[in-house]
Amino acid sequence: MSIVLDIIISGVISGSIYALLAIGFSLIFGVARIVNIAHTAFYMVAAYCIYAVTNYLGWPAVPAMFIAVIFSVILGMVTYKLLLNPIREHEGAVLIATIAIAMIFEQVMSLIFTGTFLSVPKLVEDYFTIFGVKVFYQQLLTLGAALAIMLVLLLFLFKTKLGLAVRSTAQDREVANLMGINESFVAMITMGISVGLAAITGAIVVPLTILEPHMWTPPLIMMMAVVVLGGLGSLKGSFVGAYILGFAEAIVVFAFPMGAFLKGSVALSIMILVLIIRPEGLFGVYFEEER
Amino acid sequence: MKMFKRLIFVPVLVVALTISIWANAFAADEIKIGVIGPMKFVQGISHWNGAVMAADEINARGGVKVGNKMMKIKLIQADSNEFLSITDATNAMERLITKDKVHFVVGGFRTEAVMAMQDIAMHQKVIFIGCGAAHDELCNRVAKYYDQYKYFFRGTPFNSTNLVRAAFIHVGTVAEVIKKELDIKGPIKVAFVAEKAQWADAMVPAVQATLPKMGMELVGVWRPSPVATDVTAELAGIQRTGAHLIFTVFSSSVGIPFARQAGELKVPAIQVGINVEASKDDFWKATRGQGNYVVISATYARDVECNELTKPFVEGYLKRFGEMPTYTAGTYESIKMSLVDTIEMIGTLDPDKIVEALENRVYKTPPSTIMYVKDNLGRHTHDIRFGPGYATGLAVQWQDGKLVGVWPNGWKPAPGVEVTYKGMKPIKLPPWMYQAYKKK
Repeated sequence: MSIVLDIIISGVISGSIYALLAIGFSLIFGVARIVNIAHTAFYMVAAYCIYAVTNYLGWPAVPAMFIAVIFSVILGMVTYKLLLNPIREHEGAVLIATIAIAMIFEQVMSLIFTGTFLSVPKLVEDYFTIFGVKVFYQQLLTLGAALAIMLVLLLFLFKTKLGLAVRSTAQDREVANLMGINESFVAMITMGISVGLAAITGAIVVPLTILEPHMWTPPLIMMMAVVVLGGLGSLKGSFVGAYILGFAEAIVVFAFPMGAFLKGSVALSIMILVLIIRPEGLFGVYFEEER
Repeated sequence: MKMFKRLIFVPVLVVALTISIWANAFAADEIKIGVIGPMKFVQGISHWNGAVMAADEINARGGVKVGNKMMKIKLIQADSNEFLSITDATNAMERLITKDKVHFVVGGFRTEAVMAMQDIAMHQKVIFIGCGAAHDELCNRVAKYYDQYKYFFRGTPFNSTNLVRAAFIHVGTVAEVIKKELDIKGPIKVAFVAEKAQWADAMVPAVQATLPKMGMELVGVWRPSPVATDVTAELAGIQRTGAHLIFTVFSSSVGIPFARQAGELKVPAIQVGINVEASKDDFWKATRGQGNYVVISATYARDVECNELTKPFVEGYLKRFGEMPTYTAGTYESIKMSLVDTIEMIGTLDPDKIVEALENRVYKTPPSTIMYVKDNLGRHTHDIRFGPGYATGLAVQWQDGKLVGVWPNGWKPAPGVEVTYKGMKPIKLPPWMYQAYKKK
């Protein structure tokens, strides 16, 4: 029984982290058809920003987090405007450009902060025990944030004019343009929201882990697996996919501790299995209809 | 116009040739030493710092006496970028030898990269002293293919087999403390956590076979990824086993989140073993102080003196670089004690003569006494001897922000032999272990 509880708690927490990252990635793909490989690099930039503000300016974690999110959003929008918008029509070029952007960010962080492992303070310290399992309050915050962000995002997409414009652009860019929607502006705003989500994830998750210039690659692989599993561009799919892979990882660690390092591989194998049965992913088609 | 060009060209050529000859004449009075390592990371920075300290000390006293001539040391830095690319590492080594024309090379960290770099240096007959990689194979090559690999020597650390041997001794020492302090009657329960890496694979059967013989119970084996950033699931599993001691084997970044999260979750077990990240000053900051009470194998500790050379080196390093040296700062003794002392002894830069002389030397360095051993077949390995009186390493513990030496402290490796280095402190168990086991 105890191992089941361990798996449930651990799976929910890991799933929430992946969901936060995957939703942002899905959003910009759905709207602008940009496969933003640099998505988790923005997560890294936000994390380093928090480190710089808390360590060099001596500010508390919460304002540092706000600054990091704002800085990342501006950086994301500028990046989109200057580097991605001019080549948006060429999907291959965009893909390669985002890889280059991520590597540039990595090198810049490496130059500024060196390869030293760093850490940032938690927003909420300490832990609590539930059914004998110790859980950090910060992990609980991650779970709450994932749910809250999903809710806010849905409200934004379905209850606001800008959300309607985002959905329209996602459905048919040309028709949206003909209807008077500035689709380039909408794409830039969506990029800002997407990067903002990555930055929030960075702010919430990084206190649980460590900062180093290559920290953007491991979550990138899992995030892409989540997005492909859930269906490219589907927010619901990303959410569900994230928890499926989160639980898969937890099962591997608790049931086969000797194979804990395989947790990523097992999760990716599940993704491949699902794709063999359903190539469009779990919610690929449904989301097209939702949009 | 032609005449004018000639008038300009000829003097320029003459000046250039003069400068070149003059520069070469000066270069001939220099011993060029390549320092190779991942220079953006602590390991490489320490390689460089150790080498700079050695070169400055030698040059300050006038240089190296080679026969009747005094030669200055000139260091050439090469970033191997070996954590990311072995090709970068081999290119860097190639450049040091063919372009910069170094006489010797010190450094290297990651075994896979060092083996590739070793091949290049050996091909060019350049003495290469390894100051980072522990794999036995580096020196097995010397024994098996002596003529080809004789220019390689191990500087630091001692080999993987002896690192494991030392780690078992540390585990046994801490287990005794747990038994005594917490009044544990049965066997000490040990959780073994080793990153998934080739060098750590062989340790799993070794631990399974050895711990029961040491009177301990192995309650489980965990193999997280070397770059895992969240190990709360593993820690939850470990806590459920009731382990008293967590035997860790980490050389990568996972050592930081593991120590931090175990500290934050107050897992009632003490971590003992290998954790390369924990040997750095930055570890305390990186774990935000949660790495307290972690016990690891190390080379240096504050206020610990293995011999009379330890204190001047550690204090000098601290004063100059503002941090404790890590073991890759062993470039210091590799240059100063291994190379320079040997060159001055024999009066030549001939690599074959240096190899021969080094093989027969026994000499002191800040962390130990070095003697190169032969294998069971009597072949030279250029590996360093482990044991009392030679290289033993230290066990150090994070105690309230400081790395303090805790072993060897009354270590009895053989009847009638007891080893204690100056400055050792008693091992402390985490307070939450006392709370968990109802003893205050």
